[in-house]
This record gives sequence, C-alpha cells and structure tokens, in this order.
Amino acid sequence: MVAYGNQKVLQNITVDIPNNQITAIIGPSGCGKTTLLKTLNRLVDLYDEIRVEGEVRIDGADIYDPKADLLNLRKKVGFLSQKPYPLPMSIHDNITFGPRIHRMNRKELLDQIQELEKHIPIDSLCPNGRQEETRHSKTHEMAYLVEYYLRLAGLWEEVRERLHAPAAQLSIGQQQRLALARALAVEPEVILADEPTSALDPISAQLIEKQFKTLKNHYTIVVVTHILRQARRIADYVIFLYLGELVEHGPAEQFFSSPRDERTRAYISGEIS
Amino acid sequence: MWCRGPRLSTYQCSFKPRKAATTSEKRGGVANAIVGSLCLAFGASLLSFLLGLPIAFALQKEYISRRLAQITRLSLDILWGTPSIVYGAFGFIIMVYLGLRASLLGGIIALTLLMLPIMVRSIDEVIRMTPPELKEASYAMGATRIETTFKVVLRQALPGMITGVLLAFGRGIGDAASILFTTGYTDYIPRSLFDPVASLPLAVFFQVATPIPEVQQRAYASALILLIIVLLISVVSRLLSHRYSRHIIR
Repeated sequence: MVAYGNQKVLQNITVDIPNNQITAIIGPSGCGKTTLLKTLNRLVDLYDEIRVEGEVRIDGADIYDPKADLLNLRKKVGFLSQKPYPLPMSIHDNITFGPRIHRMNRKELLDQIQELEKHIPIDSLCPNGRQEETRHSKTHEMAYLVEYYLRLAGLWEEVRERLHAPAAQLSIGQQQRLALARALAVEPEVILADEPTSALDPISAQLIEKQFKTLKNHYTIVVVTHILRQARRIADYVIFLYLGELVEHGPAEQFFSSPRDERTRAYISGEIS
Repeated sequence: MWCRGPRLSTYQCSFKPRKAATTSEKRGGVANAIVGSLCLAFGASLLSFLLGLPIAFALQKEYISRRLAQITRLSLDILWGTPSIVYGAFGFIIMVYLGLRASLLGGIIALTLLMLPIMVRSIDEVIRMTPPELKEASYAMGATRIETTFKVVLRQALPGMITGVLLAFGRGIGDAASILFTTGYTDYIPRSLFDPVASLPLAVFFQVATPIPEVQQRAYASALILLIIVLLISVVSRLLSHRYSRHIIR
C-alpha cells in the first residue's frame, strides 16, 4: 500500500516480476503506474508525506528494511524518467558520473566491461570495419566504458565527435538514449523505465524499443507505458493496474489473447483508456 | 556629474597616490578612495560568500524543515530591506564593544552584515530554481544528498550564483551609510586591516561638503569612477555567467 498523506494511491498489490524479461505495467493515466515503478527503487522516498506499507523484495531482501543499503539499491536498479534530464555536464561526464560516485575503481570497471562483453561483445555493436578502432581504447578504461555504453544505447555514432560538448545540446531522443547509457554504466541488474518513449519522435522511440529488446537477455526491464501497442510489441510479461489496484498480470501472449478480468477486456478493446 | 566628472578624471587626478588631499588642498587625486573601496568590497564579498553559501544550501528542503526555512527566509528578507545606516550604527557599537578603532576591518564587518542577506537570498533563489527532476535523476543513480548538491545542483546554479555575488558586490561598494562610522577616512592607502581607509562614497560625501570648488569637482569625478566600477562589474558578471552557463539544463 502506498499513500500520499490520506490519499491511497496503490493498494493490494502482490506480484512477482520475472527475471531477464521485459515487464510492462499498463493502465489508464493516474492509476499509480509511475508510483509503483518508483517504489521499486525507493524514489518515492523523495516525496513529502509518503507512506509505504508492505515489502518489496529484490534478490530476497526487503528494500524497505531500515537497514537496507539505499545507494547500492539505486546502483542495482537503474531508472529512466519520462522526460530525460541529462546532468549539467558534458556527454562524457554524464556517463562517468555513476561510476565516479560509486567509486568504481579501475579493476571493477574492467571486470564489468569484460563480463558484459561475454554477453554482448562490442564487435556485435560496432558496424563493419570499426572493430579495429575500438581495440586501441581498451587502455583507457573510462573512454572505453563511455564508448561501450554509448554503443549499447545506440548513441555512439551520433556523438563520437563531440563527447565533451554539453549534454543539454542533444535532441530529446538523443538525451533519452544518453539517460539509458548513463543508467547502464553503473551495471544495474534491473532497469526501470517510466514511459520512456512518450516524449520522443517515432524514430527515437523505435530505437529505444530496439535497445530494450537487445538488453533484456542481460537485464530485467520494467517499463511503464500507456501505449497498448507498445506493450504488445515489446512486453514478455504484463501487469495491469486500474485505479491503484492490481487487476491482472501474466505472460503477454496469454494476457492479450485471453484476459480473465472484465476490466482488462475493456481496456484492451479500448472501451476504457 | 557626466559633464564635470570626465573633465577631471584624468589619469593624474585619479591615480596620484599618497598625496590625495581631499578637504583642504586643491591638488590631489582619489587613488586612496578607489583602492579603499575595492579592498572593502572584495573583503566583504569574500567573507559574506564564505558565510552565505553554506547558509543558502542549508535552507534547501533536503536539509532543514520547511517551517525553519520559511522563518529564516523571512528574516533574511527583512534584513535585506533594513537601511544601511542601521548596519553602520550596529557595526559601530560592536567595534566599540570589541575595542576596535575605525578601520578596514570594521568596514569589512559592517559591509559583510549588509551583503550577507543579499548573497544568501539570491543564491537561495537560484538553487531553488533547479528542476526537481534533475535532482531526482541524480538520486536515481545512487548519489547521496551531498553529492547531488555539490556535483549537480551547484553546477546548474553556478551562473545564477555568480550574478548573485556580483549583485551583492555592487550594492556593497556603493554604500556610504554603513561605512560612515566604521571605516574612518584617511588620505593614505591602508597597509593593514587595522588602518582606517578611504572609500569612494565617502570621498564624494566629504568632497561635496567642502567650500573649495576644485575639491567639489573632484567629488563628481569620484562619483563617475564609482559608476564605472559598478558598470565594469555588471559586464564582467554577464560574461562570466554566460561562460559558465554552457552546460546548464534549461
């Protein structure tokens, strides 16, 4: 249960979010989707008069336990907001911000990149003929890290010439991809995305969706969306919220083809939106 | 002032050191007042910045309760509006109590008291304008409050902070009432913090009050110089502000 002051925003929510899949939280506007998302990395703590009752378990540990490590939680669980806010620094510094504040040292960074390369080698991200160029930057961890995550987010080709330009000069689609790269740079296990494409043009939106599909094998992704078609395109598992209550949840195919609840049927068919 | 000032603001008049006679002699310049004003204003700006910046940050909602912040902001607004003669009188009483004589230090203290509310409130307002989503983005990555304040909020607010500091500087350098009792007046350039010091506003004050026409004309020159300094500060503030606003998010 989550409430702002006396107003209950979410109640009776019990759900398991599956690993290494894209889970979509769908529902009409104002139904508590964003609030549910923000409880998953305790961003709701930033709001005044918020009350949270119940447990949220990640890897078996309750994150609302007073002894829980908040900073580590936020490192493990990355967040993309609806409107991307790049930090007031250069593109390069935006990406290295996370590793710097978590004091990730040289060894950790190299380990992290090597680990990731097993699953998504940089060669597969590079267009043909560029593979040789990437090898020489392995000597500078930060530069390599920046390049790797920008490639992973699908932004490298567009910004490679101006890594030290202000991030504020990017277009909004580029800023959202930068936010994705920034979130990935601290090596999270979960990525939360609050309507990540609603502020973007169709081409940028497609790019983000494509990146999510690439990333889902290695990360657990939870996406809030009010666009039903987007959920159909990318989701493996769906959670339907209506007026702060969990109505139905299940694997996407089953959810869209044979919904069990009346309200779900109404929402999918477009009667309520 | 515009007519009479430039005529006398020759290099010789303005920068003749040491022999700046203000009340009785016909010759002399205002170098003592220029140097004195700059020392006072820079000293007071530095002191009020060092004190004011932590206070401005501490007023943010991450660090203190809303009620306390409201009371503090109201008090600072009242202090901002207090006439500067009150600061002068208050500073004078403190000096007498501490056994200090009229000096550069006394003037710096009085000006700091004057400039502090301006510095704190203007920096505070700029920090409050930081978009909350920007702070949220920083927290979402696992930054602590302090890290967010110094690495994100400070950078975002920097151009506004520069403007705030220079606003306070401009206010302080032109003020006469607060330094009337606390700095004294002298023909010499101060060699230590405990020497009395001349200042441009007081130079204008004393020079206009004399019956000698040449000295009166120097008053206009002093006023013009003061104006030019404030103008230069404005220009510098715009340039610096522009230079540091490259990265900020709008």
